[in-house]
Amino acid sequence: MIDNNEGSKTSRRGFLTSAAAAGGAALTAGAAKAASGDSAILETQNWNSELGVGVDAAPYGVPSEHEKHVKRRNVEWLTADTVSSINFTPLHELDGIITPNGLCFERHHGGVAEVEPALHRIMINGLVDTPLVFTMQDLLRFPRENRIFFLECAANSGMEWRGAQLNGCQFTHGMIHNVMYTGVPLRYLLEEAGVKTAGKWIMPEGADASGLTRSIPLEKALDDCLVAFKMNGEALRPEQGYPVRLVVPGWEGNMWIKWLRRIEVGDQPWHHREETSKYTDLLANGKARRFTWEMDAKSVITNPSPQAPLTHGPGPTVLTGVAWSGRGTIPQVDVTTDGGINWHKARISGPSLDKSMHRFYYEFDWDGSELLLQSRAHDNTGYVQPTKDQLRAVRGTNSIYHNNGIQTWSVNAEGVAENVEIS
Amino acid sequence: MLKFLNPAVVAVFVLVAGQSFAGGDKFGLGRLATTDEVAAWDTDVRPDGQGLPVGSGDAYTGEEIFAEKCAVCHGDFGEAVGRWPVLAGGHDTLTSDRPVKTIGSYWPYLSTVFDYVNRAMPFGDARSLTPDEVYSITAYLLYVNDLVEEDFELNSDNFTSISLPNEDNFYDDDRATTELIAFSGDVCMVDCKDSVEITAHAAVVDVTPEETAVAAETVQVAAVEPVAAEPEPVEVIDPELIASGKKVFKKCKACHQIGEGAKNRTGPMLNGVVGRAAGSVEGFRYSKALVAAAGSGLTWDIQELSLFLTKPRDFLKGTKMSFPGLKKQADLDAVIAYMQSIAE
Repeated sequence: MIDNNEGSKTSRRGFLTSAAAAGGAALTAGAAKAASGDSAILETQNWNSELGVGVDAAPYGVPSEHEKHVKRRNVEWLTADTVSSINFTPLHELDGIITPNGLCFERHHGGVAEVEPALHRIMINGLVDTPLVFTMQDLLRFPRENRIFFLECAANSGMEWRGAQLNGCQFTHGMIHNVMYTGVPLRYLLEEAGVKTAGKWIMPEGADASGLTRSIPLEKALDDCLVAFKMNGEALRPEQGYPVRLVVPGWEGNMWIKWLRRIEVGDQPWHHREETSKYTDLLANGKARRFTWEMDAKSVITNPSPQAPLTHGPGPTVLTGVAWSGRGTIPQVDVTTDGGINWHKARISGPSLDKSMHRFYYEFDWDGSELLLQSRAHDNTGYVQPTKDQLRAVRGTNSIYHNNGIQTWSVNAEGVAENVEIS
Repeated sequence: MLKFLNPAVVAVFVLVAGQSFAGGDKFGLGRLATTDEVAAWDTDVRPDGQGLPVGSGDAYTGEEIFAEKCAVCHGDFGEAVGRWPVLAGGHDTLTSDRPVKTIGSYWPYLSTVFDYVNRAMPFGDARSLTPDEVYSITAYLLYVNDLVEEDFELNSDNFTSISLPNEDNFYDDDRATTELIAFSGDVCMVDCKDSVEITAHAAVVDVTPEETAVAAETVQVAAVEPVAAEPEPVEVIDPELIASGKKVFKKCKACHQIGEGAKNRTGPMLNGVVGRAAGSVEGFRYSKALVAAAGSGLTWDIQELSLFLTKPRDFLKGTKMSFPGLKKQADLDAVIAYMQSIAE
């Protein structure tokens, strides 16, 4: 893949030369016998000499002190108050396809509900033969499944409709996470209650102070929805709906009702607040699309990006990013370094799962000149991620939601990256 | 509300359930929901009126309730305070650069207003309104959107006769025909264009939170343990009382911030409020009533705060604080202890 190694050889020689010079300086300063080389090697480090803390120092483990900058961040001016707001996953600090639980972005409409699991109930009512109530214990007695899915907020990249605005993939693309859920197929709970033939829609409802509701067609509910209680092996985090949330694979995150307490079956949609005044896509002609549930194929280069500049100088470089589609898998991602004049097929590494994030890499030798980086996802339906201008031609700039346009980062000779748009 | 199941009801259910589960591929898990349980949770309302409770309310009454419980965030006439949602106006803005999406200009159905106010409002005190209050507020929201006169009464009988102006401008997702085919197919991989220009920079309209603009420095700073400031000597307060006060404070959080980095929001930030002169937080626009009280020397000592928080409007006529008050002495003591535990 890398056909010219000269750059890295030069820099290795360069290092040894300067290390020797440093050694020489130490000699003239009067050291008896100066060793030559990297002080990280030549000096004994504390951790190589002193004992560390024992087991149980952190009964629930936490990341290294040196990773404290890896955290969710919010954009304060976006919303009136943090209890009805959003923060962002630090995509530029992650690799592989799984988002660690503590870094999954949060979106609440009435703050994090602190639900006591022993007092949590799930009710199924409406057009069913038998309205039922389940406890958490009941839920654990149904057969369960493990599935990995991305959850993307419909408003991800929503601030970029009118032009490049936020510097960092955390802010432009961080309303997404990818998690392995353990849960009971929603179908089992609905079959337990017995859906009447007139039942065509379900309405899941949350137990939080916003009592969030959405209308979902029964067909989807019976297809692949899960009533999940674990994420990445452990209990759901409170901010992700502890003790139980709905998983609606491939569809906008707002529908994945957290703190799920009730599912009503009906013969028509409810047209509630989150599917009328919000999460409808206003077009340039003043009309609005509703029930835009599926998340279109999308990708973003996470490194380099504005929060993750190229600091190593010219030579071998690893470009990486993530891609996903609400309609299936991602068989191909293309990457350009020259603003779309020429494209290269990226290498996808890790599992390629339905409605899950995919990780791609493109390794190249950076010659130190300016780069215009873009990635372009293809999904298995043949759909190709459009440019932002292609999207604007159809949608205008007022739709807020479902912006899956191709992202551009410019990288200058110093390796500093910036969010730009190009011709 | 139902506290326990009548054993007779349980017995009947077991019999029914046993028969039912024997018939199909069911697991026999869960139990029958009682009628009262379903009624307690199933409050949702649809455009066809399904789910509306019996009741009524007029715009006049709604205005009073709105002023007390809603205006603190939404403004007296639904014009909104700060970044809270605008509820009225916005007509003919949907095709403009800055659409104002209100109940009158955008929302398709009135039932959505009723359902949402009933389930989620007032913010921080959800599910506290009676059906008549919700009808009244809904009527008032129609009035401020110029859709009814101020003596209009909305009730369970005339509800579905009201339609909102923008109803016909919504249509179901049509991406399958408008986008999926257009955006599918072969792509160009080589020599796809002659030249490329940068047309827009985020740096020019830079609104990225500042902390990350210096992410590289943050990495190094983070590795150094910050030296903790010597804490001010404070009166020792029962930690359990503080903990329970923190829970009570949730009622206040919709408008007030407290703790590290607290800022003024709908209400002033409350760090160090206990013992502070009233009306003294910089940059907050207090009500005239509070400014006057501050002028005559009001200080938020425990006693005054306790009186204020019992019934804010009685203590200080004309206060902007719409909070109805804390009824339990234990809650008052706890929330004051909590605020006391957080210094300037």
